[in-house]
Amino acid sequence: MSGALFAEQLLNGLQFGVMLFVMAAGLTLVFGVMGLINLAHGSLYMLGAFACAAVAAATGSFVLGLAASLAAAAIAGVLVETLIIRHLYARDHLDQVIATFALILVFTEGTRWAFGSFPLYLNLPDALSGSVSLPGGITYPLFRLLIIGVGLAIAAGLFLLVNRTRLGMRIRAGESDREMIAALGVDIGRLYTIVFALGAALAGLAGALVGSVQAVQIGMGEPVLILAFVVIVVGGIGSITGAFVGAILVGVTDTLGRFLLPQAFGLIMDASSATSVGSALASMLIYVLMALVLVFRPTGLFGKPA
Amino acid sequence: MRRETLITLTLLALLLGAAVYGHRGNEPFIITLAAKAAIFAIAGAGLNLALGYGGLVSFGHAAFFGIGGYAAGIIASAARNYEPVMTWPIEIAGSTSMPVIWIVAIIAAMIIAIPIGIFSLRTGGVYFIMITLAFAQMLYYFAVSWPAYGGEDGLSFYVRNSVFGLNMMDPWTYFTVCFGVLAVVLALMAVLVRSRFGLALEMARQNAQRLTASGIRPFNVRLTAFVISAMITGLAGALYADLNRFVSPAMLSWHTSGEIMVFVILGGVARLGGPVAGACLYLLLEQTLDGVTDYWQVLLGIVLLLVVLFARGGLVGLLAGRRAAHD
Amino acid sequence: MTDPALEVTNLSKSFGALAACRNVSLDLMPGEIHALIGPNGAGKTTLVKTIAGEIAHDSGHIRFGGELIDDLDAAARAQLGLARTFQISSLAMEMSVLKNVMLAVMAVSGQVFRFFKPVNGDDALLGPARACLENAGLRKRAQTRAAELSHGERRQLEIALALAMKPKVFLMDEPMAGMGPESLARLSGLLRELKQTAPVLLIEHDMDVVFSVADRISVLVYGEVIATGTVDEIRANPDVQAAYLGDAA
Repeated sequence: MSGALFAEQLLNGLQFGVMLFVMAAGLTLVFGVMGLINLAHGSLYMLGAFACAAVAAATGSFVLGLAASLAAAAIAGVLVETLIIRHLYARDHLDQVIATFALILVFTEGTRWAFGSFPLYLNLPDALSGSVSLPGGITYPLFRLLIIGVGLAIAAGLFLLVNRTRLGMRIRAGESDREMIAALGVDIGRLYTIVFALGAALAGLAGALVGSVQAVQIGMGEPVLILAFVVIVVGGIGSITGAFVGAILVGVTDTLGRFLLPQAFGLIMDASSATSVGSALASMLIYVLMALVLVFRPTGLFGKPA
Repeated sequence: MRRETLITLTLLALLLGAAVYGHRGNEPFIITLAAKAAIFAIAGAGLNLALGYGGLVSFGHAAFFGIGGYAAGIIASAARNYEPVMTWPIEIAGSTSMPVIWIVAIIAAMIIAIPIGIFSLRTGGVYFIMITLAFAQMLYYFAVSWPAYGGEDGLSFYVRNSVFGLNMMDPWTYFTVCFGVLAVVLALMAVLVRSRFGLALEMARQNAQRLTASGIRPFNVRLTAFVISAMITGLAGALYADLNRFVSPAMLSWHTSGEIMVFVILGGVARLGGPVAGACLYLLLEQTLDGVTDYWQVLLGIVLLLVVLFARGGLVGLLAGRRAAHD
Repeated sequence: MTDPALEVTNLSKSFGALAACRNVSLDLMPGEIHALIGPNGAGKTTLVKTIAGEIAHDSGHIRFGGELIDDLDAAARAQLGLARTFQISSLAMEMSVLKNVMLAVMAVSGQVFRFFKPVNGDDALLGPARACLENAGLRKRAQTRAAELSHGERRQLEIALALAMKPKVFLMDEPMAGMGPESLARLSGLLRELKQTAPVLLIEHDMDVVFSVADRISVLVYGEVIATGTVDEIRANPDVQAAYLGDAA
């Protein structure tokens, strides 16, 4: 195994991790501020990807596609929040789970109806589709590097937003005491809609970016949603820092596990069984990570102790 | 007789009636549908113990449903290929006897449920939901990537397994077996929630602080309920695999977990007859809406939303009024 | 000299920078009502929670009947015979009054994991539970849902639940909070009877009640016990007057 190959896998893990963060940030904000568990977050991710694919195909502009993914997911977020989600804040988690599960069904089948069952592929503009040479003889796709940059920029932006702005102050107040913030005269309904739409827009952007690398298809949101859950369980619900650390941990563990485990088993068994055993175990690795975190910190790495 | 008991018996009678109607009219499709409803109801009844009576919102019961299914598939296909299921550490031979398969499925679900329960019950609330979901997903990916039992393609075993020498390929016979198992499971559930354990579980749901102050650890009570719940859902999984003569990772998917939960919600949470009502309603919706549009799940989603927003007690809740397990 | 039923030595507990209990030592002798008083935020409820095992203390020791119970969790301490009542009634609101008490009875019997026999026909639970309700004056309310009880009745049920456990020590966190004068008088009488069966560590706000029922009083201020003594000693203690009674007057 060469160092360059390892570095490339590490970058892949980082890229996966930052996209998981962009997904998980919305989930953890919505849970932290509104106390809502939103399964339909993955649908917003899918919606963003489809919006990007459709607009990019129609206009020929990838940048317009990305803008469309943000806008479509944010608008869908506002609609869903005002029509349905709003009625669920006071309900128990079971009602929230079922209602947002129902939303997944509506979104998934609605998208299938609108776009058909076949995956769509996005064409990256030439300017973004090449590779770059990094120090140490590593060549890495430019677009993936860009994704890492965008993810880190969003992380930085969220930190600033939550810790330095008026909106962020309200978000933090909402996390610690929902009644107090209402007493302060903040329009809590509007705050909730804004937070939900922000989370939705981030999910939509993540969907568009990941969809550009992989494929845009029905049901692409749920596997990512479940990984985002693992991320916030590891990081601690409600914590942006936790979401970031958890996302990078999960992204890197998963990617390196898939890369290294088959090779490791190759040392003790024949190549084909090493590949199957290794990849089967690699697919379980992040859940083992989650279980380990739970043993030592039941409320996650950055979660408030119960 | 209590109103809720009456409703449960009526629901069972309706299910039986539907199958009898299919049997008389020689419509195997209806009988098989009724068998499917009975199996889904068993899976839902299992989940209902944890989710309804215990307040443990498990979004990972597909894990147990799937484990039950794979137990059935692996044992049955081993028997048909004249191979042992495993040779180490103990040798286990294949079998086509349903009772043997049921017991193995139940034990397998138990073995998986204990660690999952121990990890996920360390936390509560929304963490519990996410962690159960995540562990089920772990098994799903494992099943997809482990090639020995068909991987992504699943495992077929062509002929249903048998019990008492009956011809299980006959839809009516298969239905009666499933219906019998459902009746036994519901009777067991009725006894369980009225027992000392049921009282402790009810207290764990309503006020864990009080349960602790009374000298009983909520964790132990919840873990027991979670494991029993998983065992029942595992049994349903074995029956479902037999119904289809096929098992695949889809049985382990998050979508299956959601569906089992939907049976409970549509029918009524913490209602004995809830899962029966829910499973029947779900299959009825599927059959009728499927005729309206190819995208029937959009309509199902809307129905579900309406139930959550406006009819929170589910079908049994509408019929029976306020819940009354321990009053 | 008899041994204390409950003994707390040098117990400390901090939440971050806030020291809720500092080097608290106190004991509870058989047959007595030992009242714990102090202004709001003095750490009374924290002390109750550490004794009950709901939160872990940082240092110090708790002995119950002479045995160290520092490492036992709340459920294990309850099984040993430490029964506590909550400041805010902690009941299963959707259950009947009778079922609430039956659970407490069941906990003492230790036989929780029985899956088949219905509790409704279980005389081993029903008998003691009914007797307990009779004592607490709640017989007529046996089939009522706890949610439908009045505030005073909930407080009575709270005490009935502690009684049902046949404990060796009662730990009562403001059992009289929000009660009318009539129920107050009745409960004071009940407490005097109770201490014959098991001593009571009583956290109470109402000074009149404390002075009328307590055998001994400890005063907790900013997490520290500033005085322990008989009613008269506490009344006469200048520190107490300055720190507490002075404020209240």
